[in-house]
Amino acid sequence: MNQLDFGIVIERWDELLHGVALTLALSIAGIVCSLVIGVIGVAMHRTRTPLLQAPVIAFVELIRNTPFLIQLFFLFFALPLLGVRLNPTITAIIALSINGGAYSIEIIRGGVESIPRGQIEAGAALGLSSTQIFRDIVLIPALRAIYPALSSQFILLTLTSSVCSSISASELTHFAQRIESETFRSFEVYFTITGLYLLISWLIMTALSSIGRRHFNYPN
Amino acid sequence: MQKTTSANTASMSVSENETLIELKNINKWFGGFHALKDVSLKVSKGERIVLCGPSGSGKSTLIRCINHLEAIKDGTITVAGKEMKHDAKSIDSVRREVGMVFQSFNLFPHLKIIDNCSLALRRVKRLQREEAEVIARRYLDRVHILEQADKYPAQLSGGQQQRVAIARALCMEPKVMLFDEPTSALDPEMVKEVLDTMIGLAEDGMTMICVTHEMGFARKVANRVLFMADGQILEESAPDEFFSNPKHERTKAFLGEILAHN
Ligand SMILES: Nc1ncnc2c1ncn2[C@@H]1O[C@H](COP(=O)(O)OP(=O)(O)OP(=O)(O)O)[C@@H](O)[C@H]1O
Ligand SMILES: [Mg+2]
Repeated sequence: MNQLDFGIVIERWDELLHGVALTLALSIAGIVCSLVIGVIGVAMHRTRTPLLQAPVIAFVELIRNTPFLIQLFFLFFALPLLGVRLNPTITAIIALSINGGAYSIEIIRGGVESIPRGQIEAGAALGLSSTQIFRDIVLIPALRAIYPALSSQFILLTLTSSVCSSISASELTHFAQRIESETFRSFEVYFTITGLYLLISWLIMTALSSIGRRHFNYPN
Repeated sequence: MQKTTSANTASMSVSENETLIELKNINKWFGGFHALKDVSLKVSKGERIVLCGPSGSGKSTLIRCINHLEAIKDGTITVAGKEMKHDAKSIDSVRREVGMVFQSFNLFPHLKIIDNCSLALRRVKRLQREEAEVIARRYLDRVHILEQADKYPAQLSGGQQQRVAIARALCMEPKVMLFDEPTSALDPEMVKEVLDTMIGLAEDGMTMICVTHEMGFARKVANRVLFMADGQILEESAPDEFFSNPKHERTKAFLGEILAHN
């Protein structure tokens, strides 16, 4: 077992590529849901209505001050006790969305707060409602302001998805662990996996930048 | 500064009987600070009012109360016959009648000029995009900036941006326009294009309240000049009278300072 032997990795290449595809899907689902949770959370927080604001603050504090692995286990082991039974991959998506959503709320809120008051006043003077002001006037410039931070949060979410292997969700790390336990080629497998995660990050980053260029590239 | 009795004023008529805005004994507090002290003001249709006074006297606060960007503590505000309370419905109905232009333009940076102008038509008046754009183009043309319709605000000069801001407000076809120092953020060479636009509006009979220190504009366009200090309207008169024969000591001191700088 001392010789390096990547033959085993090549042999199971299709399985690894499948893992890459599943991790990409898991991450993209988590990113989209995080963004939706982030925007809705900030919209609720902005209302200054305690009934809507308090749950958002509680949610953000709870998620940001507990480990992701525990949140994942909680969903996976505690929910069935309440009669909710979900497969590991769905559980992983929910956990990633909740976790990413809480961080997104924090980040997007910063962006919204950076929007000059005059923008909101101009909208109000034109007769727009506060929902319209948020959606049509505040949101795009706010997202633009924090887009780099939000992008790195989403890369982090992508990498965090490997933790979901611990509930046997279908994704790259889980597949790697399986190959490793069957072949005992730990170094070769994890060396390859490292490269594949780099590829995944690069793909997500590229997609995020092109979305950024499309939607937030107005002159300032 | 020479004295000009404007020929234009003749064409601008004020219908004495139709009151558009009425402020009755309004009081505004910022925490413990009494920013507007029992202010009353009546504006008839077609009037051009210039509001001036030292910094911090409450000029912005006064006009911002008219469209409820600031909430008053007591007193009443009536615009086009509708009394404004603190509920969303009466605020909305007043805002439909009142356009506002800000010192810092406040164009929406992520929207093209045409979309800056058509947004409220679509969202507030619920027009289709095509209909809204026809109206937007009409008003962009009126402020002589139609050729910039597909640019973004940051691609325009300050003077152009402020003219777009005027067009954006006009699109909603307000009965009255409020201007809060519309030229004081502009480079000197751009002041004239904005003032000319405002003069054109006045000639077309728009009712307007302008906070400005452009005394040439006040002489040419205003039918009344109000002087504010410490949250009160201390003096008001026709521009000729205001400049040649100010009554209040504070007005004299203020005019001395302003005219020395012009
Ligand atoms: N949001 C606010 N919170 C607290 N105080 C305020 C607020 N807005 C205005 N003020 C105070 O109210 C007073 C009147 O302000 P306002 O902006 O109306 O003055 P202004 O006459 O427009 O002055 P300027 O010529 O500098 O624009 C000032 O003393 C100002 O500090
Ligand atoms: Mg002011």
